[in-house]
Amino acid sequence: MGITILGIETSCDETSAAVLEDGITLRSNIVSSQVDIHKKFGGVVPEVASRKHLENVHPVIMEALEQAKVTLKDINAIAVTYGPGLVGALLVGVAAAKAMAYALDVPLIGVNHLEGHIAANFLTRPDLEFPLLCLVVSGGHSDLVFMPHRGDYQLLGRTRDDAAGEAFDKVARAMGLGYPGGPLIDKLAREGDASALKLPRAFLEEGSLDFSFSGLKSAVLNYLNRAEMRQEEVNKADLAASFQQATVEVLVEKTLLAAERTAVKTIMLAGGVAANGGLRSLLQTRALAAGCTVVYPPLHLCTDNAAMIACAGYYKYLRGDFAPLTLNAVPALSLGEEKY
Amino acid sequence: MFVLGIEAATPVAAVAIVEDGRVLAERLVNNRRTHSINLLPMIKAVIEDAGLTPPQIQGIAVSFGPGSFTGLRIGLTTAKTLAWVWQVPVVGVSTLEALALPLAPQGQLICPILNARKNEVYASIFRGRAGQPELLKGPLAVSPRQLAEVLAEWEGQVTFLGDGVPVYQQELSDLLGERALFTPQAALLPRGAAVAELGYWQLAAGQGLSHLELAAQYIRLSEAEVKLAAKCGK
Ligand SMILES: [Zn+2]
Repeated sequence: MGITILGIETSCDETSAAVLEDGITLRSNIVSSQVDIHKKFGGVVPEVASRKHLENVHPVIMEALEQAKVTLKDINAIAVTYGPGLVGALLVGVAAAKAMAYALDVPLIGVNHLEGHIAANFLTRPDLEFPLLCLVVSGGHSDLVFMPHRGDYQLLGRTRDDAAGEAFDKVARAMGLGYPGGPLIDKLAREGDASALKLPRAFLEEGSLDFSFSGLKSAVLNYLNRAEMRQEEVNKADLAASFQQATVEVLVEKTLLAAERTAVKTIMLAGGVAANGGLRSLLQTRALAAGCTVVYPPLHLCTDNAAMIACAGYYKYLRGDFAPLTLNAVPALSLGEEKY
Repeated sequence: MFVLGIEAATPVAAVAIVEDGRVLAERLVNNRRTHSINLLPMIKAVIEDAGLTPPQIQGIAVSFGPGSFTGLRIGLTTAKTLAWVWQVPVVGVSTLEALALPLAPQGQLICPILNARKNEVYASIFRGRAGQPELLKGPLAVSPRQLAEVLAEWEGQVTFLGDGVPVYQQELSDLLGERALFTPQAALLPRGAAVAELGYWQLAAGQGLSHLELAAQYIRLSEAEVKLAAKCGK
């Protein structure tokens, strides 16, 4: 057996543990979602999430070991998400990982959640050659990241207000679609006409690689309010399609601009919104025309999971980048920064 | 039997090793740093202080509430994980009972109070007794005024201790007059040794749990759950 890493992820509302061998052989990836619990609150409630993590973390880790057919003695290192995320939620995973690393006398590896999302690509494509460009889009992030080498993250652009996934969630809530919003809008958008409604696209100053989605979100909310006041029927499919198109066009446009500027030929997608069908297909088409290839993780590895944490942890293990037992949760951890 | 005691339910992080109830080593910090940074290195150190190695630990006791939600989770996650990997039983100890334990033989009323914010304290009322305090009431999450009303059920002086004292000492004195006594600062803080000792008695009585069975005693719902319940009730 090669190098076996146990990954633990508890940064938001999924409790997850995974066993990964040699960075590519995924022996297990257990994800216990709390989505049904948070649905009734209309979003993730940090205290409720933290309580669930405490209840779930051990059963989930045990199931991951069992499904991987390994015992505690087979684990070479523990990799855990220590930020960014909800502090109370992160602390459960961090405390469990530290206690395991100490009691098993194996290295502890602190992983940045975003680094994990990016690493989800290496699980299926360990052969990808640097330099690489990654668009990380999720409920909390919309980042354009340039990676000249492995482990080197340069932030080229980020959102100045709402993250893309956040805009999806808020618009879905206002449309009465429910939570989480991304998949619901994506599904509805397939039945709608993306050119039905004129919605703003925020490209910001000339050449900027930053994003802004709050104007678009407000435009949708205003549209819904006006329709309600005039008692007009809203074509939800058209609205979903037009909103999704406006979001995706800006994301794709800026990603291609970044690729051109860095002369990168391989563009990776990462994060929960990377599962969005509209984003995948538009980026594919536009990248092809620009002579770039697009790679993205399989759907189940786009959303939060521990396999991606174990994968990022594997490359840190190879570099000998270990964390001390004083490792703390860092809720606002930036990509490329280590706080231990 | 060597038992590791872990206390992280209040701003104090405290750990201890007892052998059949006798304290071998103890560490305590009240330095405003998070338990997440302090706790595991302290556990490692206290085991070394006791002259032991991890395989010699035969049980773990952890203060399981009430207290700070985050602190409880750090303590419980750590205790449950160590119990699992070391394959030893774990027990939960009341944070309030651990506070009352060192005052037990005085025979009078003891009322540990923890700052629960929102003008409330977590409190239990004990009667001092040789060996282990007798629980009369609690744990409660109440305002100082409500606590004074509850205390009217019994006669005699009440000794308050815990991190709620610096916040509510004046109010409790006003409410209870000469009935209210307060311990010196040195006895105010929760101790790992008390958690370990109470845990030892439970473990010796065969009440040890598996790591999967032990849960936190928050007493309070989260605010979001309270609001949701209020909304659904209407
Ligand atoms: Zn994520």
